[in-house]
Amino acid sequence: MMSPQYLWLIPALPAAAAAIGAVAPRRGRALAAGSAIAALAAAFILSCAALRVALATPAEHLVHNFAWFDLGDGVVAVGWLLDPLAALMCVMVTAVGALIFIFSLGYMREDENFTRFFCFMSLFAAAMLGLLIANSLLLLFVCWELVGLASYLLIGFWFHRPEAAAAAKKAFITTRIGDLGLLLGMVWLYHAGGTLLFYDHGNGCLETAALARLAAPAAGGLAVSTAIGLLIFCGAIGKSGQFPLHVWLPDAMEGPSPVSALIHAATMVAAGVFLIARVYPLMSADQALAGVPLHALTVVAFIGAITALMGACIAVAQNDIKRVLAFSTVSQLGYMMLALGVGSWVAAIFHLLTHAFFKALLFLGAGSVIHAAHHEQDIRRLGGLAPRMRITFATFAVGMMALAGMPFLFSGFWSKEAILHAAGAWPVSLLPLGFGLAGVVLTAFYMTRLVAEVFFGPARSEPAGHARENSALMTAPLLMLAVGAVGLGFIGTPAWPWLQSKLTGEAIPARSLFEGGGLMALSIGLVFIGLGAGWAIYGRRARTEAAALDPLAARAPVIFNFLGARMKFDELYAGTVGRLARWAGTLAVGLDRWVWGGMVLLLAKFGELVGVADREADEAGLNAGFNAVSEKLRDAGRAYARAQTGRAHGYLRALAVAFVVLALLIIAEGGR
Amino acid sequence: MSPLQICLLLSSGLFCVGLAGALSRSNSILVLLGVELMLNAANLNFIAFWRFGPAPEAATGIVFVIFSIAVAAAEAAVGLALVIAIYRHQKNIRLQEATRLKG
Amino acid sequence: MNFLLVIIALLILASAAVAMSLRNLIHSALLLVGNWIGVAAFYLWAGAEFVAFAQVLIYVGAVSMVVLFAMLLTRRGRADAAISPDAARRAVSALAVSGAVAAVLVFAVKHTPLPAIPAPAPSVTVRQLGEQLMGPQAAALVLVGVILTVALLGAVILAATDRNSSEDDVP
Repeated sequence: MMSPQYLWLIPALPAAAAAIGAVAPRRGRALAAGSAIAALAAAFILSCAALRVALATPAEHLVHNFAWFDLGDGVVAVGWLLDPLAALMCVMVTAVGALIFIFSLGYMREDENFTRFFCFMSLFAAAMLGLLIANSLLLLFVCWELVGLASYLLIGFWFHRPEAAAAAKKAFITTRIGDLGLLLGMVWLYHAGGTLLFYDHGNGCLETAALARLAAPAAGGLAVSTAIGLLIFCGAIGKSGQFPLHVWLPDAMEGPSPVSALIHAATMVAAGVFLIARVYPLMSADQALAGVPLHALTVVAFIGAITALMGACIAVAQNDIKRVLAFSTVSQLGYMMLALGVGSWVAAIFHLLTHAFFKALLFLGAGSVIHAAHHEQDIRRLGGLAPRMRITFATFAVGMMALAGMPFLFSGFWSKEAILHAAGAWPVSLLPLGFGLAGVVLTAFYMTRLVAEVFFGPARSEPAGHARENSALMTAPLLMLAVGAVGLGFIGTPAWPWLQSKLTGEAIPARSLFEGGGLMALSIGLVFIGLGAGWAIYGRRARTEAAALDPLAARAPVIFNFLGARMKFDELYAGTVGRLARWAGTLAVGLDRWVWGGMVLLLAKFGELVGVADREADEAGLNAGFNAVSEKLRDAGRAYARAQTGRAHGYLRALAVAFVVLALLIIAEGGR
Repeated sequence: MSPLQICLLLSSGLFCVGLAGALSRSNSILVLLGVELMLNAANLNFIAFWRFGPAPEAATGIVFVIFSIAVAAAEAAVGLALVIAIYRHQKNIRLQEATRLKG
Repeated sequence: MNFLLVIIALLILASAAVAMSLRNLIHSALLLVGNWIGVAAFYLWAGAEFVAFAQVLIYVGAVSMVVLFAMLLTRRGRADAAISPDAARRAVSALAVSGAVAAVLVFAVKHTPLPAIPAPAPSVTVRQLGEQLMGPQAAALVLVGVILTVALLGAVILAATDRNSSEDDVP
């Protein structure tokens, strides 16, 4: 039985494994990896037990709160929260995480910092699990920052490579910008609501009483909850790689492939979507206000739609296998935000769960390819791997089908349908739906391009020609993830909305597949258009040599290069924000050197003047008498100096012995 | 045994572990850390006597520990700076070789 | 209650003892971080939350970082790791001296009449502490601030590389 007060065990187990990994010697590979995997497996079992409890009463939020510290005026309380959302996410993170850990056993085998790797990975998982079960925005924020720290450590794991160190720094600083918004939102929420607990038997900040207070219209007809919601959303923008803070996510590829899989599937980016889903009652509190110029969720929907389309566009023109997948993550996260924005957080979580499985599958598949091809990541230099890496190819193809949304069999289809269906029913605007549908075509297109370039045609470089299938340690997790990528879709089909009804705690009537079938038919058609176009351009006439120009680049070089340069976001930020920061720095240096420095110089001159006057008085009057005394003092000093050996150990020992002697004297005196 | 006694024994033990470390290790950093342990032991005593003492409302023990922690932080900063200075001069940080202050 | 205290005490003592006896410096530092966390746990147990937070912030957060930096800056390959001939002698004398100190302390603790019944946990809020610090103890607070500033400046000056004097003024 798993009642909420034992929930802390779920993150505590990986945290303990991280501690073991931290102190394990470098040779203790089996110890570090074994404890990490065992801890996560145990956490998985606990999560399943928790899920069972949560599913028994899906509409309730089981909480266990306690006072963290006393401020004098109030108590800062934190706690654990068990509901289907948290439990499902825990199960997903532990399951995907455990498979990624097992894969890492093979992938990181030659790395000399094997124990450090598993220590950081466990820390990452622990932080994410803590974030999932937190029943307080404060606790969530603490874990949120721990996730950020762990991602920094892992992206920069190969820190001797300058790109990796730079990417780690970029990820950390970019997400920090969003976290500032989250922090401000949290402070404001505490000020306005008086508590940071999510659920507290009617007193939490996500429960009706507090929401009614927060959603009351304030200045300009806007509600406080709108502002707080948007500030919290800033944190999610940073963490989940949404436009305009998505720039760190593709660079995060510099870490080892299992890290990319963990970041993109289970832990880091999922945190942002989870955060919005968790505070969804707060985000949607202003929906009831009529005539308000801006709803928080509207912003979420549009940011998500822009991100979904932009990520898909950029992914078309990337040549690094992991970068294509990274931008597909950006795009898919956009879909999730879009779903949250249009009011269907259930669809967002559904897509988050299915996406975790097939994106982990794709990244581990990419890792398997990279490992076999001796760290060749450029898809133009790969090729022809299908016959030689059969399991990797088959599982990668499953992941690709799921991501592209191949109808009926693959999980990505069902979750994407749910999102598009929700977007189609959004009363505010149909623009997000249009963006989403355009993204569907592009997704199918770039995934076909990726598979065609990597697995078909002739091998276009030496390492690709020698690539062989990896050991079972690496292929077994791929197979298991592939099963998940196929099967997971069936828990939330319109005909059997199990997930939806469990997450909301309400019975949701099953719909026929053909209700709203027009939209579904349209998106199926779009998927096939994308697949067909991709196959026509890249599959039929496969690339024969690495240096050949991309067919799209030949036709529209300007657009292709613009997309290939990731829409020049990095250059834009360097030109605006970076330059501004440099100017501010120059200004600060100038102020420091001339204004403050001048004042200090003035004071110093004054002091010097006083000193000169002092010295004159001293030498003229006082010295003679002192000289005689100091001569005597110097003699005494010489006598004492002989006792000074200069050995610090000796001094300390003498002190200790003297203490013992004195204490014995006192004890003897006291007679006790 | 009463809780106060356990606390005092704990702090005695921690003090002696720190003392043994400071006396036995040759690495200056570890000697410093031993001294930190001894300081921590003293702080434990303050808290124990505050908690089980006659006038816990006065909070004097806590205030003293706060000051003590501040001074310990200063001590650590200066001590480690000294270690780095020693390292620059003699290219290692073995304490028994740092005897230039002898009379 | 006592049970929890004994567990915390064992954690503190064990981590300190192992940290002081390990050869690997980095592992020692990590174990000491564990030790400081244990001390913070003790403060929490005793009801001094504020001190526990200060302990975590200053020791676990700040001092540990300074220590790690110092260790990394002064790392010198295998040379330092070599056992010097007098290490064993020093260890024995250290154990003897600290054993004597321990014996005296334990004797003193055992034979001092102490209040046997634990008082109810006093609660001192952060507000009360702040009033103490800003009222009766204000002068001490200011002095501590001055000490910290001077220590900071002193540490910077000690650790800064002197550009004027050459590096080879080693005796």
